[in-house]
Amino acid sequence: MTAKKLARGVAVAGVGMSKFGVFPDKSSRDLFVEAYQELRSTVEKGLPPKDIEAFYLGNFSADQFEKQGHLAPIVASWIGLSPVASARMEDACASGSVALRQAILAISSGLYDVVLVGGLEKMTDLPIAAVTDALASAADTMFEIPAGFTFPGFYAAMATAYMDKYQADPEAFLRVGIKNHENGALNDKAQFNQTIKDVMAGKIAKAEQKGLPVPAWESEMDFMRDPKANPMIAWPLRLFDCSPVSDGAAAVLLVSEDVVSKYTDHPIYIAGIGQASDGALAERDSLSEVPSAAKAAAQAYEMAGITAADIDFAEVHDCFTIAEIMASEDLGFFPRGEGWKAAMEGKTSRVGEHPINTSGGLKAKGHPVGASGVAQVVEVWKQLQGTAGARQLPGSLRYALTHNVGGTGQTTVVHIFEKRS
Amino acid sequence: MSDCKLETKTFFQAIENEALIGSRCLNCGHISLPQRYICSRCHSNQAERLEFAGTGKLAAYTVIYVPATDMVKAGYDSKNPYMVGIVTLDEGPRISAQILDMDLSDPAKIQIGTPLKMTVIERGAEGQTKKFLAFKPLE
Repeated sequence: MTAKKLARGVAVAGVGMSKFGVFPDKSSRDLFVEAYQELRSTVEKGLPPKDIEAFYLGNFSADQFEKQGHLAPIVASWIGLSPVASARMEDACASGSVALRQAILAISSGLYDVVLVGGLEKMTDLPIAAVTDALASAADTMFEIPAGFTFPGFYAAMATAYMDKYQADPEAFLRVGIKNHENGALNDKAQFNQTIKDVMAGKIAKAEQKGLPVPAWESEMDFMRDPKANPMIAWPLRLFDCSPVSDGAAAVLLVSEDVVSKYTDHPIYIAGIGQASDGALAERDSLSEVPSAAKAAAQAYEMAGITAADIDFAEVHDCFTIAEIMASEDLGFFPRGEGWKAAMEGKTSRVGEHPINTSGGLKAKGHPVGASGVAQVVEVWKQLQGTAGARQLPGSLRYALTHNVGGTGQTTVVHIFEKRS
Repeated sequence: MSDCKLETKTFFQAIENEALIGSRCLNCGHISLPQRYICSRCHSNQAERLEFAGTGKLAAYTVIYVPATDMVKAGYDSKNPYMVGIVTLDEGPRISAQILDMDLSDPAKIQIGTPLKMTVIERGAEGQTKKFLAFKPLE
């Protein structure tokens, strides 16, 4: 059977994102305005707003976080797009990539030529316990949550299965956190644009200022192992293994190959797309990997006609540090059981053989859940256009991959992007 | 479709009676947990209810120090953490449940593969408690 292809080529012609963080004075609409304004400034030949024919918005749960359903037409109106078709896509933390995928399908079908994709979440208005409960609704609320699982708990359980199967050292998880903070420190949009060393220096300065005993950490690992500085959340995952609760928005402009030259001479093409689903965590054959991720990746590689070895860099869904390690295997960058060693050896750093999460990832950049999949494309665009500043990868880059997971892998969406010279 | 009652609520009714149920496909024999009207392997809609023996082994686990709201109400916190795990039943399927009566002082020492047996734990506000599936060491 020949590989499935899009019926018509689709390209990214511009991107934008708000700063990610905690913004008590901004609504989700305000955050999306920021992202959209930045997007307009990145469209090389300009974007007349009247050209936009449809709006696909990834959003997990404004209903729970902001008591606001029916978000897509409201946001569309807020940026002057009414009456274009506007729809919200929800697949938990993969909502942003699902919106992107639906927009790709709509353009490749021939229906539209110019579509705006958004991703948006405003999570910090609620008390933290209510945020935890809202996120829990992405799991199976009949059979998983009553067992006592939380999201850190799910990934922690996967971590124990992974450690048991491969004799993995949990220090590898902490290495992922240190690396993603190093990248996030170079991203001014990141919620935590601080290295772990910066975090340590800040805590030492605070202790000195207050006349409290000054912590005697000798290294980043010392800090990461300190139960006071980095408390256990769900064994073996600690605070710095978990992505934060965030507010933020991101936007991507997709156009058909037929009209792309009107907007830019430097498009980034969609080379491959994949999406797969799964049942509750306990029902899967393996607990030390994410089966839907491997399936989605296989679809995307086949469509692009490439393998994992061809990918120059990837933005993966590191909602928890173990998730990045499993993803590095699910996506084929490393053999099964080798991802944790690769993390220890620095193979996923900006100068490693498979750079992962140069943006800082969900861990350091922040994880406004519906925005995350769209914000991954913002980093892909910057790296492929050579505009990533201090975190710019060296050498010529051609293929990039994004990997966005909903829940524990009930949904995974993979996209492959190509810069054609 | 078989007239055997397999609605989701029957699972929770069984837990109230301290029994763990699933379904067995009458066409291919595949066992589902939780129970399913439609077999995920052969797609037959002929299934019968199955009661598990309630014994199995620990497949994955965690000790939770920052609980969700319901578990905070049940009295758990960072000083009084609880264990939750995924258990592989002797009949094959896996299920998520709270794991009781384990030493949580050093979670690294908990062994995957530990033999377990089914029990229940009551949680909820006074006068409105419900039984939830749990496991404890087989000894």
